[in-house]
Amino acid sequence: MEKKVYLDNAAATPVRKEVIEEMMPFFDAEFGNPSTVYDMGSRIKAVVDVQRAKVAELIGARPEEIIFTSGGTEANNLAIKGIAFAHRKKGNHIIVAATEHHSVLNSARFFERLDYEVTFLKVDEYGLVDPQRIRELIRPETILVSIAYASNEIGTIQPISEIAEVCKNKGVFFHTDGVATVGNIPVDVKQLGVDLLSLSGIPLEAPKGTGALYFRKGLRLMPLLHGGIQESGRRGGTENVPGIVGLGKAAELTLQELPQKMRHVKVLRDKLVSGVIESIESVKLTGHPETRLPGHASFCVQAIEGEALVFMLSSEGIYVNTGSACASKALKTSPVLLAIGIPPELAQGSIVFTLDVTNTEEDIDYVLEKLPFVVGRLRSMSPLWGKKETAQASS
Amino acid sequence: MYSEEVMKHFAQPKNVGEIKDADGIGEAGNPVCGDMMSFYIKVKDGRLEDVKYKTFGCVAAIAVSSKVSELVKGKTLEEAKALSKKAVAEALGGLPKEKMHCSNLGAEALGKAIADYEARHGGMPLAEQTEKQFEVTLGCCDCSTENPPQAKFCMSCGKELKK
Repeated sequence: MEKKVYLDNAAATPVRKEVIEEMMPFFDAEFGNPSTVYDMGSRIKAVVDVQRAKVAELIGARPEEIIFTSGGTEANNLAIKGIAFAHRKKGNHIIVAATEHHSVLNSARFFERLDYEVTFLKVDEYGLVDPQRIRELIRPETILVSIAYASNEIGTIQPISEIAEVCKNKGVFFHTDGVATVGNIPVDVKQLGVDLLSLSGIPLEAPKGTGALYFRKGLRLMPLLHGGIQESGRRGGTENVPGIVGLGKAAELTLQELPQKMRHVKVLRDKLVSGVIESIESVKLTGHPETRLPGHASFCVQAIEGEALVFMLSSEGIYVNTGSACASKALKTSPVLLAIGIPPELAQGSIVFTLDVTNTEEDIDYVLEKLPFVVGRLRSMSPLWGKKETAQASS
Repeated sequence: MYSEEVMKHFAQPKNVGEIKDADGIGEAGNPVCGDMMSFYIKVKDGRLEDVKYKTFGCVAAIAVSSKVSELVKGKTLEEAKALSKKAVAEALGGLPKEKMHCSNLGAEALGKAIADYEARHGGMPLAEQTEKQFEVTLGCCDCSTENPPQAKFCMSCGKELKK
C-alpha cells in the first residue's frame, strides 16, 4: 500500500466510527422532526437536547447556552451580526484582530458599510494581541470585541481570560472564535469569562457542516436565520439531527480523550519542529514557539512557493496546508502571515502541519525524510535561491 | 484542479537550469506575488539553440516554464516571439482561470530574453522597447475584501471590479 501521511487536520478530519454509528439511526429509523408534537418528534427533540448538554459540558457551559449551527463560519457570523444588530442602540464600534478568520473579518467589514466602525487590531510578531491595547481602544460606543482563541494558521494561543476581563470591566461583549481551539486544548467558557464562543465539529472528528455557538445566558442576540422557534428562536430551520447527534457524540469522546490526545500530538509536533529546523536551512517557525496549539507546526520556507510545495509533498503521500497566495482562490497572501510581519515573498513559502491522535512517530519520520528532499528540489529550480547562494559565495 | 499535462510538466520539468554564457536573459513576475521566472537563451543562426529557466512559483508557473522551453527550443526567434500566453495554456491542456494572468509568465520572460539578445546584438536597444506589452493585468477589488480574480462584482460590497 502506498504511504499516506495526513497532517492537515485543521482542514478536515475523518469522522470517527463511533460517531458514524451514533448518527446512523437518525437518517431513517428515527427520522422525525423535533418540532412535531407526537412521540416520533418529541423523542428526537429529547435526543437533540441530550447532545446540547454534551456540547455544553465540553466547554463548561449550560445546555441552554448552546445554539447548533452549520459550522464555525455560521457561528462566527451569528456572533458578530447577532450582537451588532441587537445592540445598535448601545453603540456602533467593533474591534477585531487583523489575524481573524475570514468569517470574522468579512462579517466585520460588512458592518463597515453600514453605519458601524471597525478597528482591526494589530498583533505582535507571534500573532499575540495586547489586552492593554484593547482597553485603550474601547470607546463608549464600542459594543463588541472579537479575538480568536487560537490561530489555525500559526497556532498561537491568545490571552483570552485577560481580554475577557478587560471587556467585562468596560461593559463590552467579548466573542472568541474557538474553531481551532475546542477539541485541541481544554476550554471552559465560565473560567475564561467570554460572552460568546464559536466551535466547529471538524477538530472533534464530527462531520463537516456541524458546529455551535455558545452565548452567555441572558445575552440578546439577533438571529441570522429567521424562521420557526428552533434553537429558542435564535436559528430558524429544522435541525440537522444526524449532524447534531454526531457533534454530541464527538464532544463526549473529546471530553474523555483530550488529555491523552494533547500529550500524543505534542510529542510528535516537537519532534517535527526540531527535525525541520535541523534538516532545512533558511526556514522560520511562524507563531509563538511555546504558547501554541499542541498539534500545530507552521513554517515559512525561503525561496520556494507553498502551492508547489504542497503538491510535490502530496505526490509523496504527505498532505499539508499552506497560506501562500497561489493556493488561495483569491490569490492573496495570508493576512495572518502579513500581520505578524513576514515579508510577502517569504510568506509564499508557508507550510502548515496540523496533527491528530491518529498520527504516529513513523509519520513524522517519513515527513522528515521527504521534506528536505522536496524543498531542495524546488530550491534547485528557484531563481531566488540561486541568487542567495551566489550572494553567500561572493561574500 | 490541474490538467494531466500540467501535472506531468510539474512532476518532471524539462530544461530546468541556467546558461552561464547566455546570449539573452529575461525575467518576469515578482516574488511578492508568488511567481517569478528567469529565462536564459542561446541563439545560433537565428534559432533558439538552447532554452533554460529558473522558476519560483506554484504548480502552474513551473509547468508553464517547462512547456515554453519545450515549445520554442529549436524554433526561430520570430516563431518564438509569436508564442502567446493563450497558446501556452492550450498546449498545457488549459490552466485554471485564476492562474491565467499571474502564473502564465513564461512567454513574457522568454520574450524579454529575446529582446535582451536583440539589444545586445545591435537591434533596437532594450530601454527603448515598450514595456507595455509585458504588463500583467490582475483583477482586484478596491474595498479590502478578497475576491476571486474572475469575479465581476465584489462579493462583499457589490461594487463592480475593475479589470
